[in-house]
Amino acid sequence: MPEPDLPTIWVYLSASPLLGLTITLVAYSLAYRLYLYSNSHPLLNPVVTAVGVLIVFLLATGTPYEAYFEGGQFIHFLLGPATVALAIPLYKQGANLKKLWLPLSVALITGVTVGGLSSVLIARLLGASVQTQMSLAPKSVTAPVAMGISEKIGGLPSLTAVLVVVTGIIGAVLGTKLFALMRLRDDAVKGIAMGVAAHGIGTARAFQVSSQMGAFSGLAMALSAFLTAVILPWLLDLIGLFG
Amino acid sequence: MSFLNGVTLLLIYQLAGEISVMLLRIPVPGPVLGMIMLFLTLMLRGRSSESLDGASSALLSHLSLLFVPAGVGMMVHFDRIVTEWLPIGVALVLSTVITMVVTALVMSGGNRLLSYRAKKDA
Repeated sequence: MPEPDLPTIWVYLSASPLLGLTITLVAYSLAYRLYLYSNSHPLLNPVVTAVGVLIVFLLATGTPYEAYFEGGQFIHFLLGPATVALAIPLYKQGANLKKLWLPLSVALITGVTVGGLSSVLIARLLGASVQTQMSLAPKSVTAPVAMGISEKIGGLPSLTAVLVVVTGIIGAVLGTKLFALMRLRDDAVKGIAMGVAAHGIGTARAFQVSSQMGAFSGLAMALSAFLTAVILPWLLDLIGLFG
Repeated sequence: MSFLNGVTLLLIYQLAGEISVMLLRIPVPGPVLGMIMLFLTLMLRGRSSESLDGASSALLSHLSLLFVPAGVGMMVHFDRIVTEWLPIGVALVLSTVITMVVTALVMSGGNRLLSYRAKKDA
């Protein structure tokens, strides 16, 4: 048996899923602690920090992404059941849903359409490649759904995941200031706008303002995820025809 | 055990969603259809269960952890982000602001219309 020196151990570990899985959890829990320590500062979003730390680690050790993903895929897989799980908070908002369904559905359809089309058109105007435009299109939708849509319309799911997180941070940072500027008072309206534009990260921010704003943001996030999945591929087909 | 039941149920709905999407060729991700089917089931049944609540809040309370592995995939797209940072950045900020403003305006307009009609009817 060869002497177990560090390089041999590294060769063994880097070929096993254990390492990718463990460093993901460690990086995330450190990032999450930092986020709590900073009083939930939106710029210290744990996803951003954890992704940054992991990329630096992988580049420094010369580990290719594919090797890392051998372990990362176990966490990645949970995105599917997590999407299904969104049905439960949505169901618990049933009373609000019944009361507001008409203005809510008009607002959601408009918001989803404007959000999807504006990101594609702005990127196209400024000369982004088609693949980038398609990766941008579902940016306002919660990550697991956005990645599924991105894959269906010819974008890059992993690029979409990053763009979704950045969108959430932009929404969380700008949202409350924007609503103050617009002199909005109704927390339901603010929550719905936040949920449509900035999914879960915006919803977390909305809960800091009031539980009513948070609940409506969560409701809007789940419904717009569904609407975007249904409307967006069809819409893009349309501008593909006219563009 | 009850947590396990909840997770199993979520996976069953996801599986049903994936299979239906493939069979019916609908352009919706399988888990989204699974979510809709579970939502309809809960509406019909009129209540959720403890195991389902437990599994769902466990998954959703650390939702952000779940997109870390995909986010690390950004390292594969460094070149693209460096060359296209301007259109990407402008599209993200402008489109997010536009989406929030438009949604808020439509929603508050719709609310006003509803309360106006309610007053007229009364």
